[in-house]
Amino acid sequence: MEFPINGNSFKYNRMARRDTPEINAGSMADIAFLLLIFFLVTTTMDVDTGISRLLPPIPEEEQDTEVDVKERNVLVVLINRDDQLMVSGEVMGLQELKIKTIEFFSNPTNSEILPEMIDLDVDFPPGLSSRFPDGHGTFPVSKGVVSLQNDRSTTYGRYLQVQDILVSAVNGLRVQFAMEYFGRDYNELNPINFVDDEIIKGINTVYKMNISEAEPKNIGGN
Amino acid sequence: MSKFKSKDSKGLPAINTSSLPDIVFMLLFFFMVTTVMKETSLQVQVQVPFASEVKKIEKKSLVSYIYIGKPMTQIVALYGTEPMIQLNDKLINDEGIPTESIKDFVLAEREKLDESEKNKMMVSLRIDQGIHMGKVSDVKQALRYANALKINYSAKRDYDNVPVN
Repeated sequence: MEFPINGNSFKYNRMARRDTPEINAGSMADIAFLLLIFFLVTTTMDVDTGISRLLPPIPEEEQDTEVDVKERNVLVVLINRDDQLMVSGEVMGLQELKIKTIEFFSNPTNSEILPEMIDLDVDFPPGLSSRFPDGHGTFPVSKGVVSLQNDRSTTYGRYLQVQDILVSAVNGLRVQFAMEYFGRDYNELNPINFVDDEIIKGINTVYKMNISEAEPKNIGGN
Repeated sequence: MSKFKSKDSKGLPAINTSSLPDIVFMLLFFFMVTTVMKETSLQVQVQVPFASEVKKIEKKSLVSYIYIGKPMTQIVALYGTEPMIQLNDKLINDEGIPTESIKDFVLAEREKLDESEKNKMMVSLRIDQGIHMGKVSDVKQALRYANALKINYSAKRDYDNVPVN
Protein backbone atom coordinates (compact mmCIF):
# COMPACT_ATOMS: atom_id res chain seq x y z
CA MET A 1 0.00 0.00 0.00
CA GLU A 2 1.28 3.35 -0.90
CA PHE A 3 0.34 6.36 1.06
CA PRO A 4 1.17 9.89 0.23
CA ILE A 5 3.83 11.21 2.52
CA ASN A 6 1.97 14.33 3.24
CA GLY A 7 -1.52 15.55 2.50
CA ASN A 8 -0.42 18.28 0.18
CA SER A 9 1.07 16.19 -2.55
CA PHE A 10 -2.00 14.05 -2.53
CA LYS A 11 -4.14 17.10 -3.08
CA TYR A 12 -2.02 18.33 -5.99
CA ASN A 13 -2.10 15.01 -7.69
CA ARG A 14 -5.81 14.90 -7.54
CA MET A 15 -6.08 18.42 -8.95
CA ALA A 16 -3.87 17.65 -11.90
CA ARG A 17 -5.93 14.70 -12.87
CA ARG A 18 -9.18 16.54 -12.77
CA ASP A 19 -10.56 18.10 -15.98
CA THR A 20 -10.81 21.88 -16.07
CA PRO A 21 -14.29 22.75 -14.96
CA GLU A 22 -16.60 24.27 -17.57
CA ILE A 23 -16.94 28.04 -17.35
CA ASN A 24 -20.42 29.05 -16.53
CA ALA A 25 -21.66 31.02 -19.53
CA GLY A 26 -25.04 31.78 -18.12
CA SER A 27 -24.17 35.39 -17.33
CA MET A 28 -22.71 35.96 -20.79
CA ALA A 29 -26.09 37.06 -22.06
CA ASP A 30 -26.43 39.55 -19.21
CA ILE A 31 -23.05 41.11 -19.93
CA ALA A 32 -23.80 41.30 -23.63
CA PHE A 33 -27.16 42.87 -22.91
CA LEU A 34 -25.54 45.47 -20.72
CA LEU A 35 -23.09 46.44 -23.47
CA LEU A 36 -25.86 46.37 -26.05
CA ILE A 37 -27.97 48.76 -24.04
CA PHE A 38 -25.00 51.06 -23.54
CA PHE A 39 -24.41 51.28 -27.29
CA LEU A 40 -28.11 51.61 -28.01
CA VAL A 41 -28.31 54.60 -25.72
CA THR A 42 -25.14 56.32 -26.93
CA THR A 43 -25.71 55.76 -30.64
CA THR A 44 -26.89 58.70 -32.66
CA MET A 45 -28.01 57.59 -36.06
CA ASP A 46 -28.34 61.05 -37.55
CA VAL A 47 -26.62 61.57 -40.86
CA ASP A 48 -25.21 64.90 -41.81
CA THR A 49 -27.36 66.53 -44.42
CA GLY A 50 -27.28 69.97 -45.90
CA ILE A 51 -27.02 72.14 -48.96
CA SER A 52 -23.53 72.33 -50.41
CA ARG A 53 -22.18 75.51 -51.90
CA LEU A 54 -18.92 76.71 -53.32
CA LEU A 55 -17.88 80.15 -52.15
CA PRO A 56 -16.27 82.43 -54.72
CA PRO A 57 -12.55 82.90 -54.07
CA ILE A 58 -11.29 86.29 -52.97
CA PRO A 59 -10.06 88.16 -56.06
CA GLU A 60 -6.26 88.08 -56.21
CA GLU A 61 -5.74 91.79 -56.45
CA GLU A 62 -7.97 94.79 -56.33
CA GLN A 63 -9.21 94.80 -59.83
CA ASP A 64 -12.22 96.02 -61.61
CA THR A 65 -14.23 92.86 -61.59
CA GLU A 66 -17.37 94.61 -62.71
CA VAL A 67 -18.64 92.41 -65.47
CA ASP A 68 -21.25 93.80 -67.75
CA VAL A 69 -24.28 91.61 -67.45
CA LYS A 70 -27.38 92.48 -69.38
CA GLU A 71 -30.32 93.34 -67.24
CA ARG A 72 -32.46 90.61 -68.74
CA ASN A 73 -29.91 88.02 -67.61
CA VAL A 74 -30.16 88.85 -63.93
CA LEU A 75 -32.86 87.91 -61.48
CA VAL A 76 -32.42 90.05 -58.43
CA VAL A 77 -33.66 88.46 -55.22
CA LEU A 78 -33.59 90.69 -52.17
CA ILE A 79 -34.41 89.65 -48.64
CA ASN A 80 -34.92 92.52 -46.25
CA ARG A 81 -34.45 92.65 -42.51
CA ASP A 82 -38.07 91.64 -41.94
CA ASP A 83 -37.50 88.52 -44.03
CA GLN A 84 -39.64 89.78 -46.89
CA LEU A 85 -38.75 88.84 -50.43
CA MET A 86 -38.47 91.14 -53.37
CA VAL A 87 -37.83 89.59 -56.75
CA SER A 88 -36.98 91.94 -59.61
CA GLY A 89 -38.97 94.73 -58.09
CA GLU A 90 -41.99 92.80 -56.86
CA VAL A 91 -42.78 91.56 -53.38
CA MET A 92 -43.24 87.81 -53.57
CA GLY A 93 -43.72 84.61 -51.63
CA LEU A 94 -41.51 81.56 -51.88
CA GLN A 95 -43.74 79.57 -54.22
CA GLU A 96 -43.98 82.48 -56.64
CA LEU A 97 -40.21 82.78 -56.50
CA LYS A 98 -39.92 79.12 -57.46
CA ILE A 99 -42.19 79.54 -60.48
CA LYS A 100 -40.35 82.68 -61.45
CA THR A 101 -36.97 80.98 -61.15
CA ILE A 102 -38.02 78.03 -63.28
CA GLU A 103 -39.32 80.41 -65.91
CA PHE A 104 -36.16 82.47 -65.64
CA PHE A 105 -33.80 79.55 -66.22
CA SER A 106 -35.79 77.82 -68.94
CA ASN A 107 -37.23 80.77 -70.87
CA PRO A 108 -39.82 78.57 -72.58
CA THR A 109 -41.29 81.29 -74.79
CA ASN A 110 -37.99 82.81 -75.91
CA SER A 111 -39.10 86.01 -74.32
CA GLU A 112 -37.17 89.25 -74.74
CA ILE A 113 -37.35 89.97 -71.01
CA LEU A 114 -36.06 86.59 -69.87
CA PRO A 115 -32.37 85.60 -70.16
CA GLU A 116 -30.68 84.87 -73.45
CA MET A 117 -30.37 81.23 -74.40
CA ILE A 118 -27.17 80.13 -76.08
CA ASP A 119 -26.94 76.86 -77.99
CA LEU A 120 -24.28 74.69 -76.47
CA ASP A 121 -22.96 71.27 -77.48
CA VAL A 122 -23.16 68.83 -74.62
CA ASP A 123 -21.75 65.31 -74.71
CA PHE A 124 -23.60 62.44 -73.13
CA PRO A 125 -22.66 58.77 -73.19
CA PRO A 126 -23.80 57.45 -76.59
CA GLY A 127 -26.72 55.14 -77.09
CA LEU A 128 -28.79 56.21 -74.14
CA SER A 129 -31.32 58.47 -75.73
CA SER A 130 -33.25 58.05 -78.94
CA ARG A 131 -33.14 61.79 -79.48
CA PHE A 132 -29.36 61.86 -79.91
CA PRO A 133 -28.06 58.31 -80.34
CA ASP A 134 -24.41 59.33 -80.69
CA GLY A 135 -24.50 61.27 -77.45
CA HIS A 136 -23.93 64.69 -78.94
CA GLY A 137 -26.74 67.10 -78.39
CA THR A 138 -27.19 70.81 -78.77
CA PHE A 139 -29.24 72.46 -76.09
CA PRO A 140 -30.18 76.01 -75.28
CA VAL A 141 -28.31 77.02 -72.14
CA SER A 142 -29.43 80.01 -70.15
CA LYS A 143 -27.10 82.88 -69.46
CA GLY A 144 -29.18 83.83 -66.47
CA VAL A 145 -27.74 84.55 -63.05
CA VAL A 146 -29.69 84.82 -59.84
CA SER A 147 -28.33 87.60 -57.72
CA LEU A 148 -29.13 86.95 -54.09
CA GLN A 149 -28.77 89.80 -51.65
CA ASN A 150 -29.69 89.92 -48.03
CA ASP A 151 -29.61 92.31 -45.17
CA ARG A 152 -27.41 91.79 -42.13
CA SER A 153 -30.58 91.37 -40.07
CA THR A 154 -32.18 88.77 -42.30
CA THR A 155 -32.55 85.54 -40.36
CA TYR A 156 -30.49 82.58 -41.46
CA GLY A 157 -33.59 80.38 -41.57
CA ARG A 158 -35.16 82.60 -44.19
CA TYR A 159 -31.97 82.83 -46.17
CA LEU A 160 -31.70 79.06 -46.34
CA GLN A 161 -35.36 78.75 -47.34
CA VAL A 162 -34.66 80.97 -50.32
CA GLN A 163 -31.50 79.04 -51.20
CA ASP A 164 -33.51 75.85 -50.93
CA ILE A 165 -36.22 77.17 -53.24
CA LEU A 166 -33.64 78.23 -55.82
CA VAL A 167 -32.02 74.80 -55.69
CA SER A 168 -35.35 73.05 -55.95
CA ALA A 169 -36.31 75.17 -58.98
CA VAL A 170 -33.16 74.20 -60.87
CA ASN A 171 -33.46 70.61 -59.69
CA GLY A 172 -37.00 70.54 -61.03
CA LEU A 173 -35.70 71.49 -64.47
CA ARG A 174 -32.99 68.85 -64.26
CA VAL A 175 -35.49 66.18 -63.27
CA GLN A 176 -37.67 67.15 -66.20
CA PHE A 177 -34.71 67.00 -68.59
CA ALA A 178 -33.55 63.59 -67.36
CA MET A 179 -37.06 62.20 -67.72
CA GLU A 180 -37.61 63.66 -71.16
CA TYR A 181 -34.35 62.56 -72.75
CA PHE A 182 -33.25 59.53 -70.78
CA GLY A 183 -36.40 58.30 -69.10
CA ARG A 184 -34.52 58.36 -65.82
CA ASP A 185 -35.20 59.97 -62.49
CA TYR A 186 -32.49 62.58 -61.93
CA ASN A 187 -32.50 62.04 -58.19
CA GLU A 188 -31.95 58.30 -58.65
CA LEU A 189 -28.82 58.74 -60.75
CA ASN A 190 -25.81 57.46 -58.87
CA PRO A 191 -22.59 59.46 -59.25
CA ILE A 192 -20.49 56.40 -58.40
CA ASN A 193 -21.72 54.76 -61.59
CA PHE A 194 -19.64 56.11 -64.48
CA VAL A 195 -22.47 56.42 -67.00
CA ASP A 196 -24.80 58.02 -64.50
CA ASP A 197 -22.08 60.44 -63.52
CA GLU A 198 -21.64 61.50 -67.15
CA ILE A 199 -25.38 62.07 -67.43
CA ILE A 200 -25.40 64.14 -64.24
CA LYS A 201 -22.48 66.23 -65.47
CA GLY A 202 -24.19 66.78 -68.82
CA ILE A 203 -27.48 67.80 -67.27
CA ASN A 204 -25.74 70.09 -64.83
CA THR A 205 -24.08 71.82 -67.78
CA VAL A 206 -27.43 72.37 -69.45
CA TYR A 207 -29.05 73.67 -66.29
CA LYS A 208 -26.39 75.44 -64.30
CA MET A 209 -26.98 76.69 -60.79
CA ASN A 210 -25.92 80.26 -61.25
CA ILE A 211 -26.35 82.00 -57.95
CA SER A 212 -24.28 85.05 -57.27
CA GLU A 213 -24.18 86.52 -53.82
CA ALA A 214 -23.32 90.14 -53.45
CA GLU A 215 -20.67 91.24 -51.03
CA PRO A 216 -22.43 91.75 -47.73
CA LYS A 217 -24.10 95.11 -47.24
CA ASN A 218 -27.06 96.66 -45.54
CA ILE A 219 -30.31 96.78 -47.39
CA GLY A 220 -33.15 98.84 -46.05
CA GLY A 221 -31.47 100.45 -43.09
CA ASN A 222 -30.39 98.90 -39.87
CA MET B 1 -56.93 9.11 -25.92
CA SER B 2 -54.08 8.26 -23.70
CA LYS B 3 -51.72 9.70 -26.25
CA PHE B 4 -53.23 13.17 -25.95
CA LYS B 5 -53.45 12.97 -22.21
CA SER B 6 -49.83 12.19 -21.76
CA LYS B 7 -48.91 15.22 -23.82
CA ASP B 8 -51.08 17.49 -21.75
CA SER B 9 -49.64 16.36 -18.54
CA LYS B 10 -46.10 17.23 -19.59
CA GLY B 11 -46.64 21.01 -19.35
CA LEU B 12 -44.77 23.60 -21.41
CA PRO B 13 -41.28 22.54 -22.41
CA ALA B 14 -38.56 25.02 -21.44
CA ILE B 15 -37.55 27.32 -24.28
CA ASN B 16 -34.00 26.78 -25.33
CA THR B 17 -32.18 30.03 -24.66
CA SER B 18 -28.69 28.89 -25.47
CA SER B 19 -28.62 30.94 -28.69
CA LEU B 20 -29.68 34.11 -26.90
CA PRO B 21 -26.11 35.32 -26.26
CA ASP B 22 -25.33 34.83 -29.95
CA ILE B 23 -28.24 36.96 -31.02
CA VAL B 24 -27.43 39.63 -28.47
CA PHE B 25 -23.77 39.64 -29.50
CA MET B 26 -24.77 40.05 -33.12
CA LEU B 27 -26.84 43.10 -32.23
CA LEU B 28 -24.07 44.37 -30.02
CA PHE B 29 -21.50 44.17 -32.81
CA PHE B 30 -23.88 45.90 -35.19
CA PHE B 31 -24.24 48.83 -32.84
CA MET B 32 -20.56 48.89 -32.00
CA VAL B 33 -19.67 49.12 -35.66
CA THR B 34 -22.25 51.74 -36.56
CA THR B 35 -21.74 53.91 -33.51
CA VAL B 36 -19.87 57.15 -33.93
CA MET B 37 -18.95 58.66 -30.63
CA LYS B 38 -19.67 62.33 -30.34
CA GLU B 39 -16.33 64.06 -30.21
CA THR B 40 -17.59 67.56 -29.73
CA SER B 41 -19.83 68.86 -27.04
CA LEU B 42 -22.04 71.68 -28.15
CA GLN B 43 -21.75 74.87 -26.21
CA VAL B 44 -24.17 76.84 -28.33
CA GLN B 45 -27.80 76.11 -29.06
CA VAL B 46 -28.25 75.15 -32.66
CA GLN B 47 -31.55 74.35 -34.29
CA VAL B 48 -30.72 73.94 -37.95
CA PRO B 49 -33.40 74.88 -40.48
CA PHE B 50 -35.39 72.46 -42.58
CA ALA B 51 -34.90 72.21 -46.32
CA SER B 52 -36.20 69.92 -49.03
CA GLU B 53 -33.14 69.76 -51.29
CA VAL B 54 -30.59 68.51 -48.80
CA LYS B 55 -27.89 66.02 -49.71
CA LYS B 56 -25.97 63.65 -47.49
CA ILE B 57 -22.37 64.52 -46.67
CA GLU B 58 -20.40 61.55 -47.91
CA LYS B 59 -16.98 61.66 -46.28
CA LYS B 60 -17.20 62.87 -42.74
CA SER B 61 -13.45 62.76 -42.22
CA LEU B 62 -13.09 65.74 -44.55
CA VAL B 63 -15.59 67.85 -42.69
CA SER B 64 -14.96 70.46 -40.03
CA TYR B 65 -17.79 72.05 -38.18
CA ILE B 66 -18.62 75.62 -37.36
CA TYR B 67 -21.54 76.18 -35.04
CA ILE B 68 -23.27 79.49 -34.55
CA GLY B 69 -25.94 80.02 -31.96
CA LYS B 70 -26.81 81.47 -28.61
CA PRO B 71 -24.75 80.07 -25.72
CA MET B 72 -26.24 77.14 -23.83
CA THR B 73 -28.11 78.09 -20.69
CA GLN B 74 -25.34 76.69 -18.46
CA ILE B 75 -22.78 79.14 -19.80
CA VAL B 76 -24.98 82.20 -20.22
CA ALA B 77 -23.54 83.58 -16.98
CA LEU B 78 -20.09 83.50 -18.54
CA TYR B 79 -20.75 84.68 -22.04
CA GLY B 80 -24.13 86.41 -22.06
CA THR B 81 -26.87 85.70 -24.57
CA GLU B 82 -25.35 87.13 -27.74
CA PRO B 83 -24.85 84.52 -30.48
CA MET B 84 -21.41 82.94 -30.46
CA ILE B 85 -19.29 80.89 -32.80
CA GLN B 86 -17.95 77.47 -31.94
CA LEU B 87 -15.24 75.90 -34.07
CA ASN B 88 -15.40 72.10 -33.71
CA ASP B 89 -15.28 72.07 -29.91
CA LYS B 90 -13.70 75.42 -29.21
CA LEU B 91 -15.85 78.40 -28.38
CA ILE B 92 -14.35 81.59 -29.68
CA ASN B 93 -14.53 84.46 -27.37
CA ASP B 94 -13.37 87.48 -29.29
CA GLU B 95 -15.62 90.36 -30.10
CA GLY B 96 -16.43 91.42 -33.61
CA ILE B 97 -15.30 89.71 -36.77
CA PRO B 98 -13.67 86.33 -36.20
CA THR B 99 -11.49 86.31 -39.32
CA GLU B 100 -8.23 85.41 -37.58
CA SER B 101 -9.62 82.61 -35.41
CA ILE B 102 -11.34 81.03 -38.39
CA LYS B 103 -8.22 81.29 -40.50
CA ASP B 104 -6.17 79.53 -37.81
CA PHE B 105 -8.90 76.94 -37.40
CA VAL B 106 -9.05 76.19 -41.12
CA LEU B 107 -5.27 75.91 -41.36
CA ALA B 108 -5.14 73.54 -38.38
CA GLU B 109 -7.94 71.40 -39.75
CA ARG B 110 -6.42 71.27 -43.21
CA GLU B 111 -3.11 70.20 -41.69
CA LYS B 112 -4.81 67.11 -40.26
CA LEU B 113 -5.84 65.83 -43.67
CA ASP B 114 -3.83 63.75 -46.11
CA GLU B 115 -1.91 65.63 -48.75
CA SER B 116 -4.19 64.31 -51.47
CA GLU B 117 -7.34 65.33 -49.67
CA LYS B 118 -6.36 68.82 -48.62
CA ASN B 119 -8.29 70.49 -51.40
CA LYS B 120 -11.39 68.42 -50.68
CA MET B 121 -11.84 69.82 -47.22
CA MET B 122 -15.34 70.91 -46.44
CA VAL B 123 -16.71 73.15 -43.74
CA SER B 124 -20.16 72.37 -42.46
CA LEU B 125 -21.99 75.38 -41.12
CA ARG B 126 -24.43 74.39 -38.43
CA ILE B 127 -26.23 77.60 -37.80
CA ASP B 128 -29.31 78.23 -35.75
CA GLN B 129 -32.21 79.33 -37.92
CA GLY B 130 -32.80 82.46 -35.87
CA ILE B 131 -29.28 83.88 -36.30
CA HIS B 132 -28.96 87.09 -38.26
CA MET B 133 -27.18 86.91 -41.58
CA GLY B 134 -24.65 89.56 -40.56
CA LYS B 135 -22.80 87.07 -38.40
CA VAL B 136 -23.11 84.37 -41.06
CA SER B 137 -21.73 86.70 -43.73
CA ASP B 138 -18.75 87.51 -41.51
CA VAL B 139 -17.99 83.80 -41.17
CA LYS B 140 -18.41 83.25 -44.90
CA GLN B 141 -16.07 86.14 -45.65
CA ALA B 142 -13.55 84.71 -43.19
CA LEU B 143 -13.78 81.32 -44.88
CA ARG B 144 -13.16 82.94 -48.23
CA TYR B 145 -10.04 84.61 -46.83
CA ALA B 146 -8.94 81.27 -45.40
CA ASN B 147 -9.53 79.73 -48.82
CA ALA B 148 -11.96 77.15 -47.47
CA LEU B 149 -14.48 77.48 -50.24
CA LYS B 150 -16.40 74.23 -50.00
CA ILE B 151 -19.14 74.78 -47.49
CA ASN B 152 -22.31 73.03 -46.53
CA TYR B 153 -25.29 74.70 -44.94
CA SER B 154 -26.43 72.05 -42.54
CA ALA B 155 -30.15 71.46 -42.71
CA LYS B 156 -32.57 68.72 -41.81
CA ARG B 157 -34.49 66.98 -44.53
CA ASP B 158 -38.06 68.04 -44.80
CA TYR B 159 -40.12 65.88 -47.11
CA ASP B 160 -43.58 67.33 -47.26
CA ASN B 161 -43.60 70.43 -45.13
CA VAL B 162 -43.06 72.88 -47.96
CA PRO B 163 -42.91 76.46 -46.74
CA VAL B 164 -45.84 78.47 -47.96
CA ASN B 165 -44.43 81.94 -47.98
